[in-house]
Amino acid sequence: MRLEKDHDRCIGAGQCVRTDPRIFDQDDDGLVKVLIERPRGADEAAAHKAVFICPAKALSLAED
Amino acid sequence: MTNTDIDETSELVSFPIQRTCPFAIPPVYTKFREEAPVSQVVLPDGGKAWLVTKYEDVRAVMSNPKLSSDRRKKEFPVVVPGQNAALAKHAPFMIILDGAEHSAARRPVISEFSVRRVAAMKPRIQEIVDHFIDEMLKLPRPVDLNQVFSLPVPSLVVSEILGMPYEGHEYFMELAEVLLRRTTDEQGRIDISVQLRAYMDKLVEEKIANPGDDLLSRQIELQRRNGGIDRPQLASLCLLVLLAGHETTANMINLGVFSMLTRPELLAQIKADPANTPKAVDELLRFYTIPDFGAHRLAMDDVEIGGVLIRKGEAVIASTFAANRDPAVFDDPEELDFSRDSRHHVAFGYGPHQCLGQNLGRVELQVVFDTLLRRLPDLRLAVPAEELNFKSDALVYGLYELPVTW
Ligand code: SF4
Repeated sequence: MRLEKDHDRCIGAGQCVRTDPRIFDQDDDGLVKVLIERPRGADEAAAHKAVFICPAKALSLAED
Repeated sequence: MTNTDIDETSELVSFPIQRTCPFAIPPVYTKFREEAPVSQVVLPDGGKAWLVTKYEDVRAVMSNPKLSSDRRKKEFPVVVPGQNAALAKHAPFMIILDGAEHSAARRPVISEFSVRRVAAMKPRIQEIVDHFIDEMLKLPRPVDLNQVFSLPVPSLVVSEILGMPYEGHEYFMELAEVLLRRTTDEQGRIDISVQLRAYMDKLVEEKIANPGDDLLSRQIELQRRNGGIDRPQLASLCLLVLLAGHETTANMINLGVFSMLTRPELLAQIKADPANTPKAVDELLRFYTIPDFGAHRLAMDDVEIGGVLIRKGEAVIASTFAANRDPAVFDDPEELDFSRDSRHHVAFGYGPHQCLGQNLGRVELQVVFDTLLRRLPDLRLAVPAEELNFKSDALVYGLYELPVTW
């Protein structure tokens, strides 16, 4: 699984960072930064949660 | 705003729907959600709107680009008399813009409220909270927590963020309170908006002359570099940050403290371990969902929501309150349960307009609950709970006063 982000959609609410700061961060503009692109195990569950919570549908999980 | 499918003779429910019990959701929401989750209601001006009450549908409404937030459109539903006209007195707040216009307004400000930025503000928020507790401890008991603590804390926090002199906060707070009162009439809302606008114009002028280390000064500098300062737009931004940042937080402080003082088991959970507080904060946000009017949208095209066809030109109200009490998403939703993970609630909205200041609000509430309940272990209500006066007549739910002693 690969985590993808869409900066055009991101509204910088930081909900992803609050889900798991090891996987997500915000850049200087406040937009999402993906720190772990291929989350596994517990990280994958957290990534799914962030995708669900993201208010702007700026995150997605893609099959490799 | 007519729909030929609707039987004009049938009695429609009037919106807004007032809360009567401080804890329970008005039964009408539950009935709608169970029987007809996308239903028509009548607005105060006689217009009609679709009321959406299921979590999934509310998220669908709030993230659908065909449903506009632009109140400058004349077909936009009038849910609060005078509100659209009052908004027209300002350069457009970002919350009423759609699509590219909205991102252009929001983008320059988001880094001010990033998780990192807000975390860096935490020590100052702690100082502010401690300061107002120190002041409160000098007062004769009982005190009205709302006046001496719940309003001043977010008010000072947001004043500092904007770089606004704190001396202005009382004037501002009074006007904001009237603005949010449900009973304020159309002309009243417009008059206050004009006064607030003049106040903010002055602040912007002062900051242009005397920049500091604050959000407003940074926005001025950014605009200067990008080709020109848009004073009305800056005044609107400040007004929005101020309006959104203090009443809401104050109401959540009051409701949170009220809940914990009347439910000892909740208080015990907070006191047991500060690691419980962030979850408790989100659960309180979910449970109370204080904006009582939901999100309003205007259909720019035909859209299907929850199996119902909403036609171009019709109005939609997404009830975040009803969504946050949806049993399909939250087990036993009428229970205030600090141990649940309710972070996917929609109390801060959903979609591109989701609250910009949510991380700040959460941190303020966390610091407040931890500090207040630790420093005043004997804090208790100074009147019986039944005598408290809830804001069931305001745009944002809360308490008018919270008399406490210790
Ligand atoms: S939650 Fe979504 S919109 Fe918010 S910062 Fe993360 S990716 Fe961007």
